[in-house]
Amino acid sequence: MKIFHLKEKLYKWLFTILAFASLFFLIGIVLVLIKEGLPIFHKVSFSKFIFGRFWYPTYSPAEFGIFPLIMASIWVTLGAVIVCVPLGIGSALYLNELAGVRQKAILKPIVELLASIPSVVFGFFGMVILTPFLQKVFNLPTGLTALNASIILGIMATPTVCSIAEDALNYVPNAFREASFAVGATRWQTLTRVVIPAAGSGISTAIILGMSRAIGETMTVLMVAGGAAVMPHTFLEPVRPMTAAIAAEMGEAPVGGDHYHALFAIALILFVITFVFNIIAEMISRRFRIKLGLSG
Amino acid sequence: MDNQVKMRAQNVDFFYGKTQALKNVSLDIYANKVTAMIGPSGCGKSTFIRLFNRMNELVPHTALRGKIFLDDLEINGPLVDAVDIRRRVGMVFQKPNPFPKSIFDNISYGLKVNGIKDKAFIEQKVEESLKKAAIWGEVKDRLGDSALKLSGGQQQRLCIARCLAVETEVILFDEPCASLDPISTTKIEELILELKKDYSIIIVTHNMQQAARVSDYTGFFLLGEMVEFGKTQDIFTKPQDPKTEAYITGRFG
Amino acid sequence: MRKEFSQNLGFFGLFLCMAATILTLGAIVYFIAARGLGVLSWGFLTQAPRSAMTAGGIAPVIVGTLYITLGAIIFALPLGLACAIYLCEYSPKGIVVNILRISINNLAGVPSVVFGLFGLAVFVKFFGFGVSILSGSLTLGILALPMIISSAQEALIAVPQSIREASLSLGASKWETIKNIVLPTALPGILTGVILSIGRVAGETAPILFTAAAFYTRGYPKSIFSEVMALPYHIYALMTEGAHPDKQRAIAYGCSLVLLFLVLFISGFAIFLRQRQRSLHG
Repeated sequence: MKIFHLKEKLYKWLFTILAFASLFFLIGIVLVLIKEGLPIFHKVSFSKFIFGRFWYPTYSPAEFGIFPLIMASIWVTLGAVIVCVPLGIGSALYLNELAGVRQKAILKPIVELLASIPSVVFGFFGMVILTPFLQKVFNLPTGLTALNASIILGIMATPTVCSIAEDALNYVPNAFREASFAVGATRWQTLTRVVIPAAGSGISTAIILGMSRAIGETMTVLMVAGGAAVMPHTFLEPVRPMTAAIAAEMGEAPVGGDHYHALFAIALILFVITFVFNIIAEMISRRFRIKLGLSG
Repeated sequence: MDNQVKMRAQNVDFFYGKTQALKNVSLDIYANKVTAMIGPSGCGKSTFIRLFNRMNELVPHTALRGKIFLDDLEINGPLVDAVDIRRRVGMVFQKPNPFPKSIFDNISYGLKVNGIKDKAFIEQKVEESLKKAAIWGEVKDRLGDSALKLSGGQQQRLCIARCLAVETEVILFDEPCASLDPISTTKIEELILELKKDYSIIIVTHNMQQAARVSDYTGFFLLGEMVEFGKTQDIFTKPQDPKTEAYITGRFG
Repeated sequence: MRKEFSQNLGFFGLFLCMAATILTLGAIVYFIAARGLGVLSWGFLTQAPRSAMTAGGIAPVIVGTLYITLGAIIFALPLGLACAIYLCEYSPKGIVVNILRISINNLAGVPSVVFGLFGLAVFVKFFGFGVSILSGSLTLGILALPMIISSAQEALIAVPQSIREASLSLGASKWETIKNIVLPTALPGILTGVILSIGRVAGETAPILFTAAAFYTRGYPKSIFSEVMALPYHIYALMTEGAHPDKQRAIAYGCSLVLLFLVLFISGFAIFLRQRQRSLHG
């Protein structure tokens, strides 16, 4: 009897320890970013780091202003949103409201499958196909531009947005639709006046998570955004988003140097941005579920 | 032998958080008899029988006051293990809940977790339990099939067999026919009458005809209190409490 | 009349969105397949690169990808599963556990390059594993951890409480119930999640940029402390480094096709499994 109890306790402790070990790793990420990122603020003030307009990390004296990188991330992300929101939400509405059972059974897994295409493949496609095309159409010195990155990122985020939005639409009770039909509304009116408002916050969750994915995406922007660390003026110029700067420069930054710390500080800011996005998405989707009478 | 007490609840109070679900319930369960608990839903009867095998411990933020005995053993005593109590007091649930395993493995599971490894013994015990639960004839040729392929009524008898395989002494039935058709219900009821020769049985039901058909003793529960307890015949023919009378004549519930 | 017209127009618009989504993504797969197939040959898959990455095959690159992916799963699976078991079966429900749950969910959304930096600071530098299979596997493992935890949690929650109770009511202890009833029942769901995360890990580039990947290594990796060539990084490197961009581009097509096939095959298998489980359980 005693041994029996000991075994039970042992397993409980084993799982507790392993669980906290994995949590330790996950929380460790935050601690490492803080530890390696904060030292840069001894050299540059926080506001100068964020709002400085010049990113010359390897000059002497070096300048660590990441405003051009932040703006590049924002531009490229907004550009991607313009592509992925109509495509993703439109597809989700099609899947949920128009596609028949069999059509949906085929299309939904395909969309999910396409969401798993690695980002480096998207980047590669952007480089070999889209770049020469854009260069020709707009008569540019290089096709590696913010526009290119926006389009590729947008295409890439579309399946994610579509899947999440479709889930949200699924939660809208059929009774809502039936009630609308019963008062003589057409399917289109039902869709635009009943279904979309009811799923509204679920759809915004999809958009926010799509944005979060786009702003954190590294390989595609590294490959197709062009890499110039200057303030973006038009979509037809090369830019260097935050993720691309980290990926491109970390290889050359001497460990423990200012440049190294600056790159970690960028990662910290990136982390905070995506974290805030995810928290907002979670809060909205929780409210959404409560609104529809599902458990939080 | 006739009125030997098998289990006894003594001044039992039970709480979910701050809500009191049972108020000062005392009751004797006699050996080789069927005791029914009736009452409207939410009256605490299911909560009550789950105390007899300590299943309510799995629900967080609950508290128990009072004592429950199995023979002379206080089942919530400091040195008593819930696992031992559950071996001696089996349970059949509202919805049939076979494991997603083969029919054979469903029955042998209880033996295996109790440390029995002897194959011949396990096989013999499986057959014996399935026979006792009156389902052997229907499944003997397909013991390797998944239990989930059986019909609802068969699944419920399988769950009864599963419970008989371990050396159980008391069987708790928690509305065992709530999700079954009338024919399956009849089979389960016949089975219960057969099983009381070897076991002490407690059954929760909201079907008064069922209580009248299968039980020897009946307790009527209302709002967490046991209003009346006595021989089933007496409860149904000459109830002492006006509330009991109102319930069994169908005035509420 | 106008009602009907706007409805048809709207529906047509939605149809166009769906078509555009499938067609664009399909076009990407098609382009890479069409141009990559010409490069693919038995030799391409089984030989090592030659002549400064302009000829030969990519066998060590494929092997490298398998190594770090496998390493990542070996590290993340037991840890993630244990964490999910703790959260679903053992942990007291309270504020602390809730916070942990939320932070795990949120860490699934952290950019992959951030994981790369963590790996660089901790495994490569602090523990001194250097740029190696070990560092890369651990980094990718941590990236996979939240995915594995949340899919395992989902699978465990889907196990009906009633069969846990049935097991306990037969006198099984908590651990016996978990081992014999809960885990086998949740296994298909857990497996699907694991396979999905294998597909994701195999295609990740940013986390291995500074922790494991090298543009060129001589032959196959010798130990877990070797640098390694890996498919996703190889595609990037072939497009941005080296002296013969045109010849490298052909090989990059081949690599992309192999990676695409690998990832789509793995994820497709997982999605197929999940689809089947759903239809089995209604």
